Amino acid sequence: MNGEIIAFALLSAASVLGALAMLYVSKVVHMLLSLVLTFFSLAGIYVLLSAEFVAVVQVLIYSGAVSIMMIFGIMLTKHKDQENRPPNIKRSLITGAGIIVFFAAVYGAIRKVPFGEQTPNLHEANTEQIGIKIFSYYVIPFEVVSVVLLAALVGAILLARKEGDDQS
Amino acid sequence: MSSVPAQGYLILALILFCIGLFGALTKRNTIIVLISIELMLNAVNLNLVAFSKYGINPNMTGQVFSLFSITIAAAEAAVGIAILLSLYRNRRTVHIDEMDTLKH
Repeated sequence: MNGEIIAFALLSAASVLGALAMLYVSKVVHMLLSLVLTFFSLAGIYVLLSAEFVAVVQVLIYSGAVSIMMIFGIMLTKHKDQENRPPNIKRSLITGAGIIVFFAAVYGAIRKVPFGEQTPNLHEANTEQIGIKIFSYYVIPFEVVSVVLLAALVGAILLARKEGDDQS
Repeated sequence: MSSVPAQGYLILALILFCIGLFGALTKRNTIIVLISIELMLNAVNLNLVAFSKYGINPNMTGQVFSLFSITIAAAEAAVGIAILLSLYRNRRTVHIDEMDTLKH
């Protein structure tokens, strides 16, 4: 038992626990907060995988921006706040059976995946390596992503705007 | 040689993906469906980062790819919330089984 295994066990238990709590908690806000726990523990797992920059981006984007946006979505829509109606048991059973089959199939595939030797230099100056990679090999995708973000921004504003504003 | 086997990360990602898929298919609240999709995307990102360290040819590309994927996921969440708000304004519901205008 070294530290890496203990950290991996704790973080993965926390992330699975958050995701399972999402399924079984009744209030919508509590579901969202339990998923924030999952996102934070995934950031810790990225640190274990020597991806510090991705971990920081995960905390900023997922635990910060996306969850705040979802909380705003909950606030701006009216809820009875609890799921009063009992869940559809038959549909849950069928979906669960399908997902278990999927799990078994992918698990069988994972056991056969070959793995290479791990490189020792992935964690040295992680952000610098990512910057060099992005701005020397992936410049065009980087620029295209900015166009995608602009389109999503304009589309979100257009969709969420109150109707009747455009008759000015 | 007692580090975490790479299969551990893949199996964790598989479990999270399955939970997200179950939530996305069975939950009635649209916001929870959206956040379950985010959970599934997160599991895929974990796979990308794991392969960038333990894959056949380990290098930085997996991490860069996961950064792009996080960006697209954030844009998708923003557009999804906007669609949800506009739908709520018209139909006064957030429950996904009441959004069935295309069926009638």
